[in-house]
Amino acid sequence: MDIEETAVKARAFSYFRAATIDQALDAHARAGDDARFIAGGQSLVPALSLRLQAPRLLIDITHIDEMRGIRREGGYLRIGALTRHCEMLSEPLIAEFAPLLHAAAPFVAHRAIRNRGTFGGSVALADPASEFPAMTLALDAEIEIAGATGTRRVKADDFFLDLFETALQPGELITAIYIPLFKADQRFAFDELARRRGDYALVGCGMLATFAGERIDDIRISFFSVSNTPTRVRGAEATLIGSSLDAERIAAAQAALEGDLAPPDSDEVSPAMRLHLARVLLGRVLGRLGEGA
Amino acid sequence: MSAPLTSLDRPNSYIGRSVPRPNAKRLLAGRGRYISDLRLPRMLYAAFLRSPHAHAKIVSINTDEARALEGVHLVAIGADLAKICAPWTGTLDHFKGMTSAPQLPLPLDRVVWAGQAVVAVVAESRAIAEDALELIEVDYEDLLAVVDIDSARDAGGPVINPGSANNTCFRAQLDNGTVDDAFAHAAHVVEEEFSFGRHTAVTLEPRAIVADYDPAAGALTVHHATQTPYQFQDLYSRHYGIPEARVRVIATDIGGSFGMKLHVYHEDMAVVGLSILLGRPVKYVADRIESFVSDIHARDHRVRARMALDAKGEILAMDVLDLTAIGAFSTYPRTSVVEGNQVIRLMGAPYRFKNYRASLEVIFQNKVQTSQYRAVGHPIACAVTERLVDMAAAKVGLDPFAIRAQNFIADDAYPQTSPTGYRFEALSHQASLKRLHELMNYDGLRAEQADLRKRGVYRGIGIAAFVEITNPSPAFYGVGGARISSQDGAILSLTPSGEVRCLISVTEQGQGTEAIINQIVADQLGLGQEHVKVITGDTEVTPHGGATWACRGAGIGGETALQATRLLKRNILEIAALILQEQPSALDIIDGELVDAGTRNQRMPISEIARIAYFRSDTLPPGTQAQLTVSHHFAPQGYPFAFTNGIQGCSLEVDVETGFIKMLKHFIVEDCGRVINPMLVDEQLRGGIVQGLGAALFEECRYSETGQLVNGSLADYLVPMPTEMPDIVIAHVETPTADTVLGAKGVGEAGTAAASACVLNAVNDAIAPFDATINSIPITPVKVLKALKRF
Repeated sequence: MDIEETAVKARAFSYFRAATIDQALDAHARAGDDARFIAGGQSLVPALSLRLQAPRLLIDITHIDEMRGIRREGGYLRIGALTRHCEMLSEPLIAEFAPLLHAAAPFVAHRAIRNRGTFGGSVALADPASEFPAMTLALDAEIEIAGATGTRRVKADDFFLDLFETALQPGELITAIYIPLFKADQRFAFDELARRRGDYALVGCGMLATFAGERIDDIRISFFSVSNTPTRVRGAEATLIGSSLDAERIAAAQAALEGDLAPPDSDEVSPAMRLHLARVLLGRVLGRLGEGA
Repeated sequence: MSAPLTSLDRPNSYIGRSVPRPNAKRLLAGRGRYISDLRLPRMLYAAFLRSPHAHAKIVSINTDEARALEGVHLVAIGADLAKICAPWTGTLDHFKGMTSAPQLPLPLDRVVWAGQAVVAVVAESRAIAEDALELIEVDYEDLLAVVDIDSARDAGGPVINPGSANNTCFRAQLDNGTVDDAFAHAAHVVEEEFSFGRHTAVTLEPRAIVADYDPAAGALTVHHATQTPYQFQDLYSRHYGIPEARVRVIATDIGGSFGMKLHVYHEDMAVVGLSILLGRPVKYVADRIESFVSDIHARDHRVRARMALDAKGEILAMDVLDLTAIGAFSTYPRTSVVEGNQVIRLMGAPYRFKNYRASLEVIFQNKVQTSQYRAVGHPIACAVTERLVDMAAAKVGLDPFAIRAQNFIADDAYPQTSPTGYRFEALSHQASLKRLHELMNYDGLRAEQADLRKRGVYRGIGIAAFVEITNPSPAFYGVGGARISSQDGAILSLTPSGEVRCLISVTEQGQGTEAIINQIVADQLGLGQEHVKVITGDTEVTPHGGATWACRGAGIGGETALQATRLLKRNILEIAALILQEQPSALDIIDGELVDAGTRNQRMPISEIARIAYFRSDTLPPGTQAQLTVSHHFAPQGYPFAFTNGIQGCSLEVDVETGFIKMLKHFIVEDCGRVINPMLVDEQLRGGIVQGLGAALFEECRYSETGQLVNGSLADYLVPMPTEMPDIVIAHVETPTADTVLGAKGVGEAGTAAASACVLNAVNDAIAPFDATINSIPITPVKVLKALKRF
């Protein structure tokens, strides 16, 4: 007897462990796309156990070396898709060159989940309430995608299309994420409002700004838990570019959110309340950015 | 300098001492044996197809494909089990006029809540059983669902139980003194309508059962994660027509219960029937998603209440209406009306006033049943009373401490009878209030609050006094006709090696019952606690008793153990006296040694007495028959309940822009009478408080308009987690009950009783500068922001 006899289980599936990206893509194609890639499994396994998903084949990609590792490449930090959430906290290269990810990581779920969940998996799932997909927008990241026709890089701005819908085509795989290296004239800030630490936030936001002295030359602000996708707030960004961060500018950015965000109705939090919380959070996080966060 | 010697300093003095629990290491090491660890030969696994509708007619069920699936042994529908299982009805005689429809393991023709089990599949694995569920087709005809309290009470609206005129389960009225007159002449009246959300127990270990019917012996063995094995032995026997002596219920290690694991669940009853039909062991373990839609829920009250006071702030009267919705049936065998009954009877319990009126209306709706869960009714009564007291204090211009000091029943005025009919032996509200004032540095907190307010930081301070019902007598269930015992039994043996084995009817679910019984036996006999083994939870082995619920384990179980141990000690001393040629009264037992009672000089190890009695009885005087096994039962007499009391305080901070609440510190002063193990008592208080804080801030079963539970997973149903929980500071006042030698009362529900009331008062205190109030639990950021009119 083993655990299968008592546990609530997924429907039966086949399992294949890929050693290379090509093997993984090939297996997917041969399964007629009735397959799912599995890495950390922190979202997929619950969905399988609840029988919300029932693919014929699971392709384990965790042993693909090409998808591992963090290194500088030109003006970018290349973060392998298999990088675990916990590594965002422990890796010195992340802290130095992608500090916004380092700052966001402690807010991602709980330690046990961070130990297994992967950066690529989180971006591929594109949960609109997750921290990392939204941060790829703030960081102007590029997502490296491998598919039958080769490898391409897609800007984060073009990647998130709709609820759980991305630029990934069936059978494609995120292999790495490229983050422009953090520079001396940049500042970042991150925070979220979650009722319990580690929960999906009611609203969250992260930002990366380039300063000339106290003047903001460029800023990218991304929210999560406010829409069907991670959301950049371009109206708020526009009110800030070219100005210094005083109370008046912050208030203007907060006001601009009304045009940037149209939160969906949920059973617990009304759109008006979510917008209110987004404004409060934006004010606080910008305040911290102004202090040099 | 060393502290003065106390009674705790003598050997084997375990009562009042924080000794570790004997089972803690085993459980921590992963050596617990829970139902899900159990694997019997030829065991099969059950899974249930559940209703997607809150209210629907079952038109047809097609199970052909499921039956044909390889590995499936049985597919059963309502009619199959109805042939062998007598229906049950969740009413009790002392709740006059209450009604509830008869229930069966699986429904025959109608489903009455979303998540109700409709079809059972038994297969060689749970996975196969679940595969089979997907092959079953049920054709439903949707009926109008009764979801909220208002529509359930609508005359002319849908009625859940055919043949009933309305959706009322039970009504009760209390009216004492001259309430109308008191309100007419009051200087101040405060009034509020409160709402309390549904929540549920979320035990670490879910419900779990293995039923094993042996057709050759006509015997049923049920391994069951339950608090009450004896109650279930009786129920399985009567509903399946198996003689009681051939039904054995074993409750081994249990991962939390909180009242949730003492009710009859349809799946559990079905699993017994499935095992009878198959003649093989059948296991069912609820998964977390199933738990949310099938474990009992609790609370769900709407209370309108008012309080009358004179010009000086003396409480004159209370007038209360409690509406509570309990699901489609009243739970069996303890019913779903005990909570409402306790709500209206615990109102105002700490206070002196005599004019009280209350109405209770218990209503059916198309949701899963509610029933007894930790601190049954207490948090509702406490929150309503204590919020009204705070509102009154503000109106009269008194501090919350001052108005309570003025109105509490004086500690020296007991015994007292409350206007709701409860008889209090001895409580300590005044002493507890005084102690809390020092413990929380109340004046310091108020000064800090005032300072921070100037800087736009809104802190709140709340206090809430409570009375807890413990040690219930037959007045609780027995008088209503339920075969639920209020007595406990113990069998104690001195083993041939001079150790003690104690079989006792109280049960262990993780709270340390076995530890305190061990302490009491070791203490009373004069043995090291490592020489006492306590065995619980097996109807074939342990004597019949009430088991562990309603805070009765220490008070009733503990007294049973104490009295039984004294009998055994008497018998040991009689034999020892014969051997040593002394009078029994001249001897005592200390640390496993027979000693001279006066000098404490050692005479002989207790193991030597055992050796002689068991193996060399020929050396004893003729006619001597050593009785080294004793059995003893104890039923509470005197007061129908041993009431306890206490008071909680808390400090928290409200973020008035986001509505978020940060708990800063929580305090409790509690009086449970004799404290047997301070560490376990404190952990009961902490655990109880955390459950109360969960109710106050996080936990709520939310339903859609069509009766679907919309947050039935641990991702969406928020339980309290360590990061958000404050430090909890604990102090005790000890007023032992004179009804027992031990003097212990219960403590398991005290934390939960007042924690939510305390938070409610503190949040209202924090937002008082904005002229905002909150009257609804759980207190979510949404509710705070709405109260503050922030968006």
